[in-house]
Amino acid sequence: MKKLIIVLLSVLCFTATSYAAERFFEIKAKRFVYTPSIIKVNKGDLVRIRLISEDVTHGFFLDGYGLNTSTHPGQEGFLQFVADKPGRFTFRCSVTCGEFHPYMVGYFVVEKNLRLYLFVLLTVLLGVGSLLIILKNKPQQAHDNNPPQEPTMNTSNG
Amino acid sequence: MDNKDKLFGLIDLNWRFELTKFKQVGKLFKSRWFPLLPIIVNLFIFVIILLAGFIGGYSSGSYNFGIMIVWILWWVMLMFILVPGFSRSWCLMCPFPIFSDWFQRKRLFGVRQGKLEGLGLKWPKQLKNMWVMNIGFLVTTFFSGLFTVKPFATFVLLGGIILLAFLIGLIFEKRSFCLYVCPVSGFQGLYAQFATAEIRRMNPELCKNHKVKTCFVGNECGYGCPWMLTPFDFKKNTYCGMCLECFKTCPYDNMGFFLRPPGVDLLSDTPREPRRLDEAWKAFIMLGIAAVFFLTMQGPWGVLKDMVRQATFKGWLIFITLHSFFCLVGIPGIFFIFSCLSKLFSGNKEVSLRQIFINFAYTLVPIGLGVWIAFSVGIILPNGSYLIHVISDPFAWGWNLFGTAHFPWTPVFTGSLGYIQGFVLVIFYLFATALGFRLSKQTYLDLSQAKRGWIPILIFLTLVTILFLWLYLG
Ligand code: SF4
Ligand code: SF4
Ligand SMILES: [Cu+2]
Repeated sequence: MKKLIIVLLSVLCFTATSYAAERFFEIKAKRFVYTPSIIKVNKGDLVRIRLISEDVTHGFFLDGYGLNTSTHPGQEGFLQFVADKPGRFTFRCSVTCGEFHPYMVGYFVVEKNLRLYLFVLLTVLLGVGSLLIILKNKPQQAHDNNPPQEPTMNTSNG
Repeated sequence: MDNKDKLFGLIDLNWRFELTKFKQVGKLFKSRWFPLLPIIVNLFIFVIILLAGFIGGYSSGSYNFGIMIVWILWWVMLMFILVPGFSRSWCLMCPFPIFSDWFQRKRLFGVRQGKLEGLGLKWPKQLKNMWVMNIGFLVTTFFSGLFTVKPFATFVLLGGIILLAFLIGLIFEKRSFCLYVCPVSGFQGLYAQFATAEIRRMNPELCKNHKVKTCFVGNECGYGCPWMLTPFDFKKNTYCGMCLECFKTCPYDNMGFFLRPPGVDLLSDTPREPRRLDEAWKAFIMLGIAAVFFLTMQGPWGVLKDMVRQATFKGWLIFITLHSFFCLVGIPGIFFIFSCLSKLFSGNKEVSLRQIFINFAYTLVPIGLGVWIAFSVGIILPNGSYLIHVISDPFAWGWNLFGTAHFPWTPVFTGSLGYIQGFVLVIFYLFATALGFRLSKQTYLDLSQAKRGWIPILIFLTLVTILFLWLYLG
């Protein structure tokens, strides 16, 4: 049984730290969406992105990586970089393209999204922790059914 | 004093720091120039916003002064600093009701003696709650795809609010508009219960012996509370508009402006200012709107964007139906299930399910604030640089007032956005749990019931927080 778990775990670890691969994405930009709008890679992957506009001029700014490119019909944008920061990053249109331009975004996810796992874990731990503290706490303080007392304040004047 | 109630064992809930004890502050609050001056400044800014919406350049929302100031600066300031920090401090300087006040008082600066102008009718009893504001604000969000991008839509919205404030001021007494109608009033009131500042009377004895309650009826120095509170004994921030009239009308200088620990009002439940179902619904609606706004504006899904921006009428109808259902029925429904579980777990037979539901709904105040603050960070960091551009060219007429008209769009710290949002959510989650267990103690009869009844609610809050973590970071 124990052995099986170890084997399973190591398989998991192995798949998790998969080899850096070369990933190519062709992203179409059209007012006010990217297609695909969510792209996922693994940490360490070499990412190449070709950006193609289907209507007006659009940009592509990648949060966290600070990369920027743009495209208009007849001219493609191109980016190549190593996805060395894990997490979910938003890419945003960086050239005003119309009313909904500020909302023209997509997600670039670099697995493992440790930030997410970290904060979820933190939340659960804090929740469980607070519950344990509450449950362990002996009812030594008299139960108080009233709102906290009025602060006692002294007047400054008069 | 050994029964001090301390948040996280650290923050004494009875701690107060009086700011008005400083002579300058006290004097300022007594002056009739304050808050009139900030109101006039804001009126000026809003006139420019309205002009920009009406005559300004129309090419794109992101380069319009009105859009940027209202939806990036104002909204973010509200959620970020004004409400959580200083309660209804926006209402203190809000220019929307100035024409209504002016009409009723027939003067801006001085104090009118006797009856106010206008019909001065009492607001209908059945509507003396948050429901009009709840529905009004929800309906406003139906058009978020217009207001936040089309300058003219922002013009219509703000102009409409100002006009409505004036019309209601003609018919109903004092600040009826602010108390019962203003779409941005409800959430400010609700979230102000968490705020780290408050206005309260100081010495109750002084008030008791002051026979003519000038703070309520007014005198030659100021008006009786325009928000129709009783300044001498109110206990919650919710409906105090921070107009500072009571500072001026109190002959004993017995009103104080205090800093305080966050969330104090959530634990207050008195017969005159009880926890209420309409306020609970405000909490649900605000949470729902935050989720929907995020999905539609900061999410990558083009389908949703097309619905919100009314690409097709049918799509928009689907959007408003789902959105309303989610906010008005979906979230409250799920919360109701957890309230039932809470009652079940506690083993309590006496407390009504309604009371349990209402009491625990207030745990969503810190959660909601955290969610909105995190959402606002996601707006200001990528798009704040637009502000630098628009102040130089407010009407998109090619001006360059401050030499910043060509400032490029510059997102700042957006790589760390996830961390910032995660921290905010977790911190407000902590406040919700700390205050929530106290609510549980107030709800149930004894400590062991309170502990057991708290578990389902804690699970609910944890799930909500994880859901928003997933939305914002995952
Ligand atoms: S309630 Fe609305 S109109 Fe009244 S002061 Fe506050 S924000 Fe302004
Ligand atoms: S007069 Fe009323 S609304 Fe104005 S600050 Fe005093 S209590 Fe608040
Ligand atoms: Cu674009």
